[in-house]
Amino acid sequence: MYVAVKGGETAIAHSLELLADRRRGSRDLAELTLDQIDQQLALAVDRVMTEGSCYDRPLAALAIKQARGDLIEAIFLLRAYRTTLPRFGHSEPLDTSRMVAERRISSTFKDVPGGQVLGPTFDYTHRLLDFSLAANGERPAAPTAPVDATRDLPRVGDILEREGMLEPPPPANSGVPTQDITRDPLTLPADRPVRLQNLARGDEGFLLALGYSTQRGYGNNHPFVGEIRFGAVPVSFVPEELGFPIEIAEIDVTECDMVNQFAGSHDVPPQFTRGYGLAFGHAERKAMAMALVDRALRAGELSEAVTSPAQNEEFVLAHSDNVEASGFVQHLKLPHYVDFQSELVIVRTLRAEVDARRQQAALDQAAE
Amino acid sequence: MTAPILSAKGVTKRFGGRFACRGVSFDLWPGEVLGIVGESGSGKTTLLNCLAGRLVPEEGHVAYETASAGTVDVHRLSEARRRLLARTEWGFVHQDAREGLRMGASAGANIGERLMAIGARHYGEIRRTASDWLTRVEIDLDRLDDRPTAYSGGMRQRLQIARNLVSNPRLVFMDEPTGGLDVSVQARLLDLLRGLVDSFHLSAVLVTHDLGVARLLTHRLMVMQGGDVVEAGLTDQVLDDPQHAYTQMLVASILPV
Amino acid sequence: MPDTIPEQDLGDSAYNYAYLDEQTKRMIRRAILKAVAVPGYQVPFGGREMPLPYGWGTGGIQVTAAIIGRDDTLKVIDQGADDTTNAVSIRRFFARVADVPTTTRTEEATVIQTRHRVPETPLQDGQILVFQVPIPEPLRMLEPRETETRTLHALSEYGVLRVSLYESIARHGRIAKTYNYPVLVNGRYIMSPSPIPKFDNPKLDRNPALQLYGAGREKRIYAVPPHTPVKSLDFDDHPFEIERWTECCALCGSTESFLDEMIVDDAGKRRFICSDTDYCQERQEEQSR
Repeated sequence: MYVAVKGGETAIAHSLELLADRRRGSRDLAELTLDQIDQQLALAVDRVMTEGSCYDRPLAALAIKQARGDLIEAIFLLRAYRTTLPRFGHSEPLDTSRMVAERRISSTFKDVPGGQVLGPTFDYTHRLLDFSLAANGERPAAPTAPVDATRDLPRVGDILEREGMLEPPPPANSGVPTQDITRDPLTLPADRPVRLQNLARGDEGFLLALGYSTQRGYGNNHPFVGEIRFGAVPVSFVPEELGFPIEIAEIDVTECDMVNQFAGSHDVPPQFTRGYGLAFGHAERKAMAMALVDRALRAGELSEAVTSPAQNEEFVLAHSDNVEASGFVQHLKLPHYVDFQSELVIVRTLRAEVDARRQQAALDQAAE
Repeated sequence: MTAPILSAKGVTKRFGGRFACRGVSFDLWPGEVLGIVGESGSGKTTLLNCLAGRLVPEEGHVAYETASAGTVDVHRLSEARRRLLARTEWGFVHQDAREGLRMGASAGANIGERLMAIGARHYGEIRRTASDWLTRVEIDLDRLDDRPTAYSGGMRQRLQIARNLVSNPRLVFMDEPTGGLDVSVQARLLDLLRGLVDSFHLSAVLVTHDLGVARLLTHRLMVMQGGDVVEAGLTDQVLDDPQHAYTQMLVASILPV
Repeated sequence: MPDTIPEQDLGDSAYNYAYLDEQTKRMIRRAILKAVAVPGYQVPFGGREMPLPYGWGTGGIQVTAAIIGRDDTLKVIDQGADDTTNAVSIRRFFARVADVPTTTRTEEATVIQTRHRVPETPLQDGQILVFQVPIPEPLRMLEPRETETRTLHALSEYGVLRVSLYESIARHGRIAKTYNYPVLVNGRYIMSPSPIPKFDNPKLDRNPALQLYGAGREKRIYAVPPHTPVKSLDFDDHPFEIERWTECCALCGSTESFLDEMIVDDAGKRRFICSDTDYCQERQEEQSR
C-alpha cells in the first residue's frame, strides 16, 4: 500500500522488512557465504574494493551480499564504513616492479624480456554461454603452469625510457604528503596526483565511456598498451617508532601503462607520452580506461587543444564519483512537493494569462 | 554587355511572425562593392546569408553569374555545387574570425586548404603561395606555422581574408569585417581591404553598422530598417544627402572625429 | 601454443553453419556487393553481437562467416603471425563452426582474415583478403561527427585530411603517419586501409585478390575489387615512402619484408624478425634445401 512519503515510521519499518526478505530470497536455498562471494564472484569484490577505496575482501564481500548484488550500493556501504576507520598514516609508494605477476602483457612489442605471461583472463575465450556451469559440481583440473614467482619482469616503459623514446614518469615525491581527496574537498585546477586518485575510485562505466570516446576521435591520443600487469605487491609502511619500513600487507593490483601520442616538433626531439591506471584486484578494463582518461586530462600540460569531454578536467572529476552521482540522481525520489507547488502556481498563472490574451485577441478581431 | 554578377529579386525571409528582410531587390555589377547598413536587428546579416545561399528565403530569387557556366539560381544549386562555389568563386568573411578559420590548424594550412581543395599537390608551392598571401595581408612570415589561437583579433581577421582570397574569388561577402576590433586596427584593416578589392577587381557585398566603413569601402549603399530597404544609391550621395528620415538619423548620429 | 585447450560444448544443433543465421549472412553479402560496386565507400550493415568482443575482429569475422564455405581454406593472421593469441582464437572458431580446413600457408588459402598486416607473399586471382577494421572512417580523428564525415565523403571534400598532411610536414618535415595511412581508391573515395603499416599500402594497389574490410563495432563494410587503383595520399615534393630497415631478418635473412623488433634483454638488446611468420618459414625451408 502506497503511503505519502511524509512520516509513517511504521511504513518505513515495513519497507525494511520487505527489503530484508527480498535480500534473503527463497528460504529453501542456502544462504550465500562471504567466502563464496570472495572466491566465485571475485571480480565484483575487486571492483567494490577499488571504488570503495578500501582493500578488504571480506568487507567488500559483505557489502555485496547486503547490497543484493548492486555494486554501486555495495561501494557506498564500504565507503561509509571506511569513514569510521582511524587513519594512522600513509604507506610508501607501491613498488609494482616487485610484483609477483600472474599476468603481464605488452602490445608494443611482440616479445619482451620475461615474456608475455598470459595468466587467467577472458581475453582468449569465446563468449559462448557454457551450460555445463548451470549444473554445479564443476571441478576444473589444477592449472599445469602455476605462477612463477621468481620470473624477472623488467618494465617495458623503462626500456623505452632509457632510449629517450618515452617521457620519464613524474618524479616521486616521497616525504611530501599528497592531498587526500577523501579528506579534503576537490579544488580545481587539480594536479595529476589528485586527478589519479579521483579516477582510481571513479565509476568504471563512466571512465570506460570517456576512454572509448577518445578512441573514437573525441580527443584522440593514439594509445598503445605499453604494459599491463596483475599480481601481488607488498605494502610497506614506516612506523614512527621504528623509523624504517616494514611490510604490513600484500595486495593484488592491476596496473596499466599506456604509451601515447608523441609530442615534439621540428627542434624538440619527439617522445611518447604516458597514461597511467591502477586498480585493486584484477581489473584491466578499469585500469585501461583510467589510463586513457589520465592521458586525456594531461592535454593542457602537453599543449594539446582541449576539445572533448574526456579532456575537460572539471567535467570528468566532478562526475566520476558514482556514490555522489547515485545519491544526487536518486535524491529526486525525495519529497519535492513544496518546490513543485510553487511551480504549479506559476505555470497556472502563465496559462491563465495566455488564455486571457487569446480571448482578448478573439474579441478584438470579432469587433473589427 | 556584361550581366550583373549578383542579382536579387524580392528576397524575403521570415522568422516566425517577424520579417527579417522583405522584398529586397538589387543588381551588383562586376567590380562593385555594395554596402548594406543599418542598426543591429535591421536584417542585414540575414539578407547577406540569403544572398550567399546559407539561408533559404521564403520568397524571391538570387542569381549568380558564374565564371564559365552561365547564371545559376543560388538556392536551386545542389549542396555539392554550392559548397564548391563557396570554396572557389566566392569568399565569406565572418565578423568572428573563428567561424571562418580552422583554429586548430596553422596559418599556412588555413590558407593552403583552398589550394589543396582545387588540386594543388606541391607542398613547397602551397607554402610559398601561403607565404605570399601572409605578406600581402601584412602578417609576419615567421607566424606561418602558428595557429590562429596565437594571433590577435586583427591578425585573425587578416588571415581569414587571405584564406578567402587565395582562390581568386570573384565575389566576396563580408559580415562586419572590422567589427569588434579596436580603432587603429580597424583603420589598417580597412586600408588593406580597399587595396585588395581594387587590385583584384573584387565584387563584394559588405554588411556594416559603421557608416565610416561604408564610406571608405563601398560604391553603393542600401539602408535597412526593420527588414526593409528604406534608401539606396551611390554611397557618397546617400551619406551626404540622405533623403529618408531613418538615414538622416543614422548619418546625424555619427560622432565627428 | 598447446592444443590441449578445453573445448566449450557448442552443441551441434545450437548454431548454424559459420555461426550466423542465413538471413544475416544474406544481409552481409548484400552489403558486400554494394561495397564492391562502389570501391572504398563505407556501407552500413546490421552487425551482430559475436562471441568475441568488439574491437577484437567481429567485423572481419562476420565478413568471413558470410562468405566462407566448406570448399574454402582459411588462414588467419594477426600482426602477420598465425600463432598470435587472437589469430589462434579466430581460426579455432571457424574450424569449429564452419568445419573448414585451415592453413598457415598464404598460397594455399582461399580466404585470409588479417589484423594489421598484408601477407608478404603476393596474392592471386581468386583469393579474398578480409581485413579487421577498428575505425573505418579515415577522417574520424579530424572530425568526430559521423553526420559531417558522411557529407564530406559524398561531396568529395577532403580538405581537412590534406590539411593534416600539410601540418605534419610543417611540424616534422615529413608526413609522420606510419600506419592506417589514408588512400584514394579508384580516384574517388578516401579510405582507411585499416591499421596496416604504410609498408603494406603499395600491396593494395591493383591487387589481383578481392579486399574486403569489416568493422563490427562501427558496423561498416567496404571493399576494393581486384585490380583497382589504390593510391596513398602525398605531395608531389613529399612523395609517399615505405619504411626501411638497416637490419635483415635474423632467421631468414630477408631484406624485403616488414620486421618485428624484439627486445632480448633488459639492457635493450634487439633482434629483428619477419612479422609474416609464413613467409619467413618458407624462406627458411627453401634455404635449408
